Amino acid sequence: MSALDTVTHAEQTPETDQPWADLGLKADEYERIREILGRRPTSAELAMYSVMWSEHCSYKSSKVHLRRFGELPDETPLGKTLAGIGENAGVIDIGQGWAVTFKVESHNHPSYVEPYQGAATGVGGIVRDIMAMGARPIAVMDPLRFGAIDHPDTARVLPGVVKGIGGYGNCLGLPNIGGEIVFDDCYQGNPLVNALCVGTLRHEDLHLAKASGVGNKVILFGAKTGGDGIGGVSVLASETFDEGGPTKRPAVQVGDPFAEKVLIECCLELYAAGVVDGIQDLGGAGLSCATSELASAGEGGMQVELDRVPLRDSTLRAEEILMSESQERMMAVVAPGQVEDFMTITDRWDVEATVLGEVTDSGRLVITWHGETIVDVPPRSVAHDGPVYERPFARPDWLDALQADTTDSLTRPEPTQMGQVLLDLLASPNLCDRSWVTDQYDRYVLGNTAAAMPADAGMVRVDEETGLGVAVSTDCNGRFGRLDPYAGAQLALAESYRNVATSGALPLAVTDCLNFGSPEDPAVMWQFERAVAGLVDGCRDLGIPVTGGNVSFYNQTGETAIHPTPVVGVLGVIDDVAKGVSAGFAAAGQPVLVLGETRDELDGGEWAHALHGHLGGVPPRVDLAAEKALAEVFVAAVRAGVLTSAHDLSDGGLAIALAESVLRHGVGASVDLAPLLQRDGIDAVTALLSESTARAVVTVRDEDALATLAGLAQEHGVPMARVGVTGGERLRVTDVLDLPVEQLREAHAGTLRRHFA
Amino acid sequence: MRIGVVTFPGSLDDHDARRAVDLCGGESVALWHRDADLRGVDAVVIPGGFSYGDYLRAGAISRFAPVMTEVIRAAAGGMPVLGICNGFQILCESHLLPGAMIQNDHRTFICRDQRLRVESTATAWTSQFEQGEEITIVLKNQDGQFVADEPTLDRLEGEGRVAFRYLGENPNGSYRDIAGITDERGTVVGLMPHPEHCVETGFGPSLDGRRFFTSVIERVVSA
Repeated sequence: MSALDTVTHAEQTPETDQPWADLGLKADEYERIREILGRRPTSAELAMYSVMWSEHCSYKSSKVHLRRFGELPDETPLGKTLAGIGENAGVIDIGQGWAVTFKVESHNHPSYVEPYQGAATGVGGIVRDIMAMGARPIAVMDPLRFGAIDHPDTARVLPGVVKGIGGYGNCLGLPNIGGEIVFDDCYQGNPLVNALCVGTLRHEDLHLAKASGVGNKVILFGAKTGGDGIGGVSVLASETFDEGGPTKRPAVQVGDPFAEKVLIECCLELYAAGVVDGIQDLGGAGLSCATSELASAGEGGMQVELDRVPLRDSTLRAEEILMSESQERMMAVVAPGQVEDFMTITDRWDVEATVLGEVTDSGRLVITWHGETIVDVPPRSVAHDGPVYERPFARPDWLDALQADTTDSLTRPEPTQMGQVLLDLLASPNLCDRSWVTDQYDRYVLGNTAAAMPADAGMVRVDEETGLGVAVSTDCNGRFGRLDPYAGAQLALAESYRNVATSGALPLAVTDCLNFGSPEDPAVMWQFERAVAGLVDGCRDLGIPVTGGNVSFYNQTGETAIHPTPVVGVLGVIDDVAKGVSAGFAAAGQPVLVLGETRDELDGGEWAHALHGHLGGVPPRVDLAAEKALAEVFVAAVRAGVLTSAHDLSDGGLAIALAESVLRHGVGASVDLAPLLQRDGIDAVTALLSESTARAVVTVRDEDALATLAGLAQEHGVPMARVGVTGGERLRVTDVLDLPVEQLREAHAGTLRRHFA
Repeated sequence: MRIGVVTFPGSLDDHDARRAVDLCGGESVALWHRDADLRGVDAVVIPGGFSYGDYLRAGAISRFAPVMTEVIRAAAGGMPVLGICNGFQILCESHLLPGAMIQNDHRTFICRDQRLRVESTATAWTSQFEQGEEITIVLKNQDGQFVADEPTLDRLEGEGRVAFRYLGENPNGSYRDIAGITDERGTVVGLMPHPEHCVETGFGPSLDGRRFFTSVIERVVSA
């Protein structure tokens, strides 16, 4: 196909053989394109449909299930959402005229192929999504999952991913305030690199992605378009990696954080000047996505002169320009009278901006190349009317055996062995000190960070006058998902919700990144359906909406899928971040309390995983009413100012929570579990290792504060046990363990450095 | 007391530096890289970040920005100038300070709460510290290893121009643990750590950053 494949040419040559299969389209999908157009597509149109109808862009396998998120009321505990699921990112009201937008996305496959650039452009992409809502990005977080810590390929992937996140995010000037680092064999060939961004805006500054106003100009601005990332969407994100397949490196995009930083400042100045009618970021599927989505959300028509696109590589063909995923680009819709002001601002920031065309009411997206029409399509058919699959799903037959294989088969330690067990757990991959990674991220820039790693939730100030701020956490235990995907999703939600509440913020909304294996496997599809159902039911119970997110399928190598990993991000609001509390015993002589009920629940937990390599049984019981009650206690207790520290109980249970609490500031504690053991009818080892939900360990300032907290706990029906007092330089648990804080620190500190430094 | 804070494309901590100036009793003035105009300020802060993407070499391009011509001229006339992190790199590239900055010896970005010892209180930006005082200031950089030839290092030490040294484990391989230096006159100071992140309770590990700004304000007001 050396000659230009125009619409006229396509009409004249219906029988031309087209490479639809190489572009990732199925035969029936190609036929549908021909039906929609009433002719064969031009090569440019084929390129557009192929990227936009890919799994990554069209959600064709997940759509029928994701619709369920729409059943949730579009309301947070503070009122109606300002923009919901379906926009680039949901926008919620946090009061005082402020709104917040946040979203988590995957960049899994590119990060496996090229860890540095994959992770870097993952950050860049989510940041542009947030900018496209009219918001200033204020923080990022990165939930990461890798294969075994000692696998040679993890030594390739992890340092590159971390360097990419740091290299890009640090240059953007966005504080990195949290995330996760999880190691599990199941992610060996499929690391999960998810990226979350939070942005803020005044209510009146909300910008939506739509091309409205006939005659308005369509402007492409930011970086030049190059050959990077071509076909990234269709080839990379939507096919399973097969062993021995061709290398896919050329399809990964290359990022330039400097260009993105300038683009952020430039966009914010454009918004402030009121010269932008509609805005869309260019991410996956590049110009194909931006033009078709903008047009179909607006008046329905757009005319674009593709040869005006500034190029880094002049040899690029029209099809490649449409598919390029070059980074750091945005597309704006601007009234003709404001184009000059728009250009003045882009000039000020040395950002290249080009008028590509204009909004029409033709109902068609028409793209020309040097005057000849190469695309003439109904934009909705590209952006929204992609195929929808009702993939078969079935409960896997291995699940019963897995659930029957509980931790009862494992020998639990004697109480006197718990000291060593704790040291082993503290040094284990998923519980060890994360600072070797997190110290590579700037957590201070912008000057509003009230809490960051290793805090349960990151917290940033939004309003410098009033102290109004937000807290965000992301969580997921994929092992729980493997044992029971419905419960696993709800447990991820519960933990994230709890982490936000523990910091003192009122949880408001959810974003999710649903990482799964191949949707063509009915067992994976069943896991997906169950996880979505769990999230929808869970959010309904907690009274918070899902405002946006992302699905990543095909995280599997050969027949082996990753654990179902629905990463859940929860965002909460706090009136004054100065009142927020964090984990870590702050001073000696303060009462230590455990909130919540502890049951014998070790299945799927870190003790079984890290020390026994065991996965089986059923995950801890989900009790969202208890989570909600616990959150209410925290929000009230933090407002009353009675807490001096708070730490949620999750991975590794009470043993790890206590150890982390003494490690934070080096303030020890003496603990006697007797009151808790009697009340809950369990033994000390179980109490220390169980991963029962809806629990936290807290300290209070004094006896008066304790009385206030006890009153709140009683009012909300949350069990509370006084288990000890802070002080000294040891962690003592009566009749169980007695260790110097320094020894705990030694165990905790070195693991990541040893493997990756 | 007007303190200018320069914004280059890629500056990151410019807003934070302006906030710090205002919190410490000064009046911050935004200076734009393209404008050869210091807008009548009494002192200048060149903030952290990755100006011009650190392309070529950190600070190498910024040094030629129109605003820097004015900063260099004003510094020669005795105006106090503080370069933080990337600002320190720019001051070295501008030859207002000796030495250079190269990549951290461990080759990774590092963000941590860094203990420093105040080695000189005889500068415009450090007069409110105690000689030998230990302070904690946020450190975050990729290219933070201060290097210079031996005679330069000897001269800096001999003339009392080392303003700050790292305490504990050297975070980036800087020669002789040097975290910050000053010019002959004591008016131009560059340091890698970020005092602007240590000015507000709850938003940084200490309030030790405040005295950089109160020092210069006091100096200019009493001058």
